[in-house]
Amino acid sequence: MADPMKIRANAIGDSTEVKVLMSHEMETGQRKDAQGKTIPAWFIQNVQVMHNDKVVLAAQWGPAIAKNPFVSFKFKGGAKGDKVKITWTDNHDETRTDEVVIA
Amino acid sequence: MQPMKRRASINAFALAALGAVFGGAYAQSSTVDEIAKYREALQDGNPAELWEARGEELWRKLQGPKNVSFTTCDLGLGPGVVKGAYAALPRYFPDAGRVMDLESRLVFCMVNQQGMTEADATANKFGNGNQQKSNLEALAAYVTSQSRGVKMNVSLDDPHVRDMYALGESMFFYRGGTHDFACATCHGDDGKRIRLQDLPNLTKVEGAQKAYTTWPAYRVSQGELRTFEWRLNDCFRQQRFPELEFGSDAAIALTTYLAARANGAAFDGPAIKR
Repeated sequence: MADPMKIRANAIGDSTEVKVLMSHEMETGQRKDAQGKTIPAWFIQNVQVMHNDKVVLAAQWGPAIAKNPFVSFKFKGGAKGDKVKITWTDNHDETRTDEVVIA
Repeated sequence: MQPMKRRASINAFALAALGAVFGGAYAQSSTVDEIAKYREALQDGNPAELWEARGEELWRKLQGPKNVSFTTCDLGLGPGVVKGAYAALPRYFPDAGRVMDLESRLVFCMVNQQGMTEADATANKFGNGNQQKSNLEALAAYVTSQSRGVKMNVSLDDPHVRDMYALGESMFFYRGGTHDFACATCHGDDGKRIRLQDLPNLTKVEGAQKAYTTWPAYRVSQGELRTFEWRLNDCFRQQRFPELEFGSDAAIALTTYLAARANGAAFDGPAIKR
């Protein structure tokens, strides 16, 4: 089971700023271990952010994204008390969803 | 040593910073400025928070053969009190009969309260990715985060602590090993560096304050959160000294010397470093 994300969502004027920190190895598949064996690729492929029931961000990621990725973005709308739900799915089909209330 | 992680991109900020470094910033000072910008850009999403969150969970979790949490662990301000505890460490603990830093105190609680063997408690002292997560590093991240903004106040009133301070000071200036190095060789002058990394002058109060208050730190190049014991351990390796034993008096003495020299500065960790 993957570790929880750290999410902050703040309403600023007429938009909402979201900052997410995800816990993931993001292995490129290019590195080799001490025995010279390739470490298999393992990275987040899809990220989806929902504001209440509406998708506000959908992203397809690859192995070039850093370990423990940080995402920061803004979307129009969103009020204090609304929910922001974030889901990632990696290439091992492992997934994690976390939710936060806009502050 | 584990292989250094190489990434095509660390994130958009990092790329921008690297671009600036390679893109014509030849003078040393502008390179340093760019590295400072890079650190600033990373500050916002410091992955150390992930370690802090895991550490907080571990602090409350019932664990070890005796099924005891850390809420009975006394870091010097009473059982289970975490707030501000790190800013006053190392200190003398009568129940252990020795001066202890945070890491050795955590091990003490794991052994004496949770019933773990010392070998088990220190098995994963330094983490390595998902296969080898370090509980000690996570716990240290949580405990130190609860001292953020608290002024360092390591008391030298206790004679045991004073002895450790004196020992740490002599170790700092002691030259040895195959390279005839002392800590002071690299950390005793202004403007020294290893490759592009500026080294703090720890003989000056400002240098010691800036350095000590920003450990533990998330090391971007390793993708791991590292504690102060790790920092000392790696300095010893770079000096070609014998390995610094985890939680040893030698490690605690050096920590005492540097922590006490940082007194008066607000603690600002866990930080983020290259």
